[in-house]
Amino acid sequence: MISESSLEKLKILAGAAKYDVSCASSGTKRNNTNAGIGNATAWGICHSFTEDGRCVSLLKIMLSNHCIYDCAYCINRKSNDIPRTSFTSEEIASLTIEFYRRNYIEGLFLSSGVLRNPDYTMERMVAVAKTLRTEHRYNGYIHLKAIPGASAQLVADAGRWADRLSVNIEIPTENNLKLLAPDKDFKSVFEPMKIISTNILESKEERRNHRNAPLFSPSGQSTQLIIGATDDSDQTILKLASALYSRRDLKRVYYSGYIPVNKYDNRLPMLNTPPLLREHRLYQADWLLRFYGFRSDEIVNAQNPNLDLDLDPKVTYALRNPQMFPVDINTADPLMLLRVPGIGTRSVPLIVMARKHQRLNSSHLQKMGVVMKRARYFITCNELRSQNIQDLKPEIVRQLLLDKKPIGTDDAVQLKLFYPMMPALR
Amino acid sequence: MNVFSFDNTFEGLLTLVFESYRQKQFPDEILCGEGSQNVLFGATNTIATNVLKAERVWKGIISHSSEENAHRIYRVFLSGLPDTPLLLVNYIRLIIDSPKNEETNFALLVVVEINKLHQKVCSEAHRINGFVRFQKTSEGSYFASFAPLYDVLPLCIPHFHDRYADQSWIIYDLKRNYGFWYDLKNVSRVVFDDLKVNSQNGQLHTSLLAEDEKHFQKMWKQYYQCICIQERRNDKVHRQHLPKRFWKYLPEKGVI
Ligand code: SF4
Repeated sequence: MISESSLEKLKILAGAAKYDVSCASSGTKRNNTNAGIGNATAWGICHSFTEDGRCVSLLKIMLSNHCIYDCAYCINRKSNDIPRTSFTSEEIASLTIEFYRRNYIEGLFLSSGVLRNPDYTMERMVAVAKTLRTEHRYNGYIHLKAIPGASAQLVADAGRWADRLSVNIEIPTENNLKLLAPDKDFKSVFEPMKIISTNILESKEERRNHRNAPLFSPSGQSTQLIIGATDDSDQTILKLASALYSRRDLKRVYYSGYIPVNKYDNRLPMLNTPPLLREHRLYQADWLLRFYGFRSDEIVNAQNPNLDLDLDPKVTYALRNPQMFPVDINTADPLMLLRVPGIGTRSVPLIVMARKHQRLNSSHLQKMGVVMKRARYFITCNELRSQNIQDLKPEIVRQLLLDKKPIGTDDAVQLKLFYPMMPALR
Repeated sequence: MNVFSFDNTFEGLLTLVFESYRQKQFPDEILCGEGSQNVLFGATNTIATNVLKAERVWKGIISHSSEENAHRIYRVFLSGLPDTPLLLVNYIRLIIDSPKNEETNFALLVVVEINKLHQKVCSEAHRINGFVRFQKTSEGSYFASFAPLYDVLPLCIPHFHDRYADQSWIIYDLKRNYGFWYDLKNVSRVVFDDLKVNSQNGQLHTSLLAEDEKHFQKMWKQYYQCICIQERRNDKVHRQHLPKRFWKYLPEKGVI
């Protein structure tokens, strides 16, 4: 039974976990077995939205906010004088069940400060997941944070019970990481990541041979990078992200605009507001990497190490590569259609299907959700040609696109795209 | 001008399609519900719902397009908007009369309209899946009620049936006054005349609630409040994703 004092604990430990950005649970299909409780649906469900507009899908909470480490960017660092408390494994398990039964949540996302040492902490986290799966016969979603430096055995145990594991890199270069988090290095982060990806691959392989072989972190793994706490460029960040997607097979990389929680620490920049626009552009670029077939060096490179904050990275790409446009809507390869600003992953299949029935013109495109005010400069279709990027110069198109966009609207549309439509996975 | 009326059931609408082909008379106007005679239009062709005729139209749709398209038509029907029946009849006629499958011809306005409405119905159902809030009763079963924009409960039930297989529950549509009840074995449709529910917030009368129910609502509200990052507050996006009409049914947004 959960007591009144748990209300206070909840306040502290949920508050402590909130800076871990985003979001939902999805990508797992865990069927409800033995008439137990719960399933994990392939598409995550948002159960609520916070006033900052984020999807609430999981009970995102810390087992404890005690920590022996002193990371400069973290509210829970040991040198901060803040109220500290811990839940027991059973308390977290039953709170999860009570919330889940009321349809408040899709599952649990558990992290923790480092108590005593990484293994001691990891053991307690694994115990929560095990209790839920075995004693409560819970089949809902579980995401566990792997503690940097935890042993291979414990990471492997965690993957048996969890749907997803994550190790947060937080700082994209090792020098900066060591500067801000003296107790961590790249090895302590990338080791567990490697163990997880090896285990995932092995389990997939085994399940190909035996259908009932145990699952291992079936929704894969993810990580998070803090944006704007260091001077690392978008090129560094996206290169790292793209390597993680291809070599470690990560499901998601999350970007979290740095929020100055420890204003007194002068190793960190003074920011009045978190760099939300930059974070947003990084998510757009990440989207291009994962769903649009872009390589990271097509988006940012030595000449352009940082994303253009004024325009979406796909527009920037098109303006830098005018020789590839205009694209003929009625004949172009779907991959090329995807590269046209204003045409998205939703409209490409519609265009490809519809152009089998008849030749398409701009009013058709509009109906299919193509944003013509952007696309018009980069396409030709079945009508008198209008001025495109070849007639105008890229600089002029750039100006036209900037002027066309009332401040804020574009962001609202995109945010809608990123958050609820495709719930981000953690 | 051809005016048809039907009983506002899906089978009724399919029967209407069957009858219009048989009579070679297609509707210009469709009236919903029995007794919805409108003197202005003069004579009305009143359709008597017939399951067998409906079945034939259903199969016809599948053979001219796809099973998914037939289900799409059903989901669009659930939108219950005044213009929907006529839109659907026109769409079904297009599907049946065309030699090719036209369901993906997005250059046609009716196809686009159908898909837009379909999207709306599906997203309402998806929202309901997330925003349903069960209250635990003193008997240990779970109750939820609210008023969805469209009649989407039938679309949501399979999800709840799968997820909450070991708890008995009722999900009730206050606007349409019916719901579904799962008794650990079967799901059945129920109508209550004397529901002890506060229609302002969907909450059951306190005497019916489990002892710790309010406590967990409080815990949830506490959780919800302390995960918001004030530095990132964005009311516009908040309301866009969590439309105000849902707020009163959500313990985290209301007064407990
Ligand atoms: S180890 Fe984690 S909880 Fe501890 S100070 Fe570093 S970031 Fe914060």
